[in-house]
Amino acid sequence: MLNVGKIENGIVLDHIEAGKAMLIYHYLHLDREDYQVAIIKNARSNELGRKDILKVECDPDSLSLDAVALIDPDITVNVIKGGIIVEKKKMTMPKQIVGVLKCHNPRCISSIEQELPHIFFLADARRKIYRCRYCEEKYSAGEREKWFR
Amino acid sequence: MRHCLTPLDFTTQELEQLFDLAADIEKNPDKYAHACDGKKIATLFYEPSTRTRLSFEAAMMNLGGKALGFAGAAQSSAAKGESVADTIRVVSCFADIAAIRHNKEGAAYVASQFSNIPVINAGDGGHEHPTQTLLDMMTIRQLKGRLNHFTIGICGDLKFGRTVHSLVKTLARYDDIHFVFISPPELRVPDYITDLLEEKGYTYEECIKLEDVITKLDLLYMTRVQRERFFNEEDYVRLKDFYVLNEKLMRRAKNDMYVLHPLPRVNEISVEIDKDPRAAYFKQVQYGVYVRMALILTLLDIHVD
Repeated sequence: MLNVGKIENGIVLDHIEAGKAMLIYHYLHLDREDYQVAIIKNARSNELGRKDILKVECDPDSLSLDAVALIDPDITVNVIKGGIIVEKKKMTMPKQIVGVLKCHNPRCISSIEQELPHIFFLADARRKIYRCRYCEEKYSAGEREKWFR
Repeated sequence: MRHCLTPLDFTTQELEQLFDLAADIEKNPDKYAHACDGKKIATLFYEPSTRTRLSFEAAMMNLGGKALGFAGAAQSSAAKGESVADTIRVVSCFADIAAIRHNKEGAAYVASQFSNIPVINAGDGGHEHPTQTLLDMMTIRQLKGRLNHFTIGICGDLKFGRTVHSLVKTLARYDDIHFVFISPPELRVPDYITDLLEEKGYTYEECIKLEDVITKLDLLYMTRVQRERFFNEEDYVRLKDFYVLNEKLMRRAKNDMYVLHPLPRVNEISVEIDKDPRAAYFKQVQYGVYVRMALILTLLDIHVD
């Protein structure tokens, strides 16, 4: 069994589908921060068989977790303060996502007015469909790499 | 403060009130001739347009108001790199209401976020054209006497045709409408429109040949294949004359199958159809002025007794 030290303050993302931890690391822009990060891949899980875990030592409020909800709303987010779990958050699909996805419709106003925030709204919760606030272009999870900023 | 960005900004009940007001304006134009004395409309047209801009300006003038604005991005500060947000902030100081047309989708929404005056979307790229929809609806209501229980064929450029998207979304709030989408495969209606119809339980079909379906239509909405929406001239040339509605086809249509078109028409409706009493596209233009007058009054919250 692999042991990774406890964190004092930060978040632990648990129940990540095996293989997706690096994706989340990337989309949370953790490569641009100085936080201590532990990535555990393929940990044994009763529920999932195998899972990934991501531990980040940081101010828990400093990370926007919208990207996490978008990639996999089943991930559990444990908020750690003073070495203990103070909150277990179940992700829900946010009604609106700002600055995470980038609209790729060349006819969208956001393609020429660079200062506009890229805003996507949850158009269909049942089918998990997000659309650009300006042009209603649909975000396609199948082309995730293209859409994330 | 209210804006008009999509026809869905209005409930069906509010639309009825708007159409009733437009119908009253048609009957009693003198009653409204000074309703907007001292008011100004700014027509901010970043993209070429004749009909829509003149219609908005005529609507305001018929109400006793005045119009100012520009026609073409080259004549505006956009040519110097000014954003839509800044332009509308400035225009808010000059006018009481603004109609904006832009080739980029969502431009009117952006304007509404930064405006101190009501904003009317006069067309944003291939996205929405709500006042066209309002006049289309008014025309259907006046000619058919109802806005429900019919089969409507929509033909031509259904991918980039913003009038089509707005019209379908708005009709998809009335009972028992069957949609027949007629287009070349490259210009099919976008999935967000068909998703919406499925979600709301409307029936629709998609086909390529107009002659295969024309006999069952109660209304036919023709559209032009728009050169300005194509990035590739070759595709445009290949598709521009895909549909031509002529006398031969009209002979197979129902006696009360009205033909609508947002205009300008190029070759998709033969001029020989113009004298057919079912040709309703010039009536639409007239209704457009009444509807825009009614919309201006509604957004400015002006009531005429």
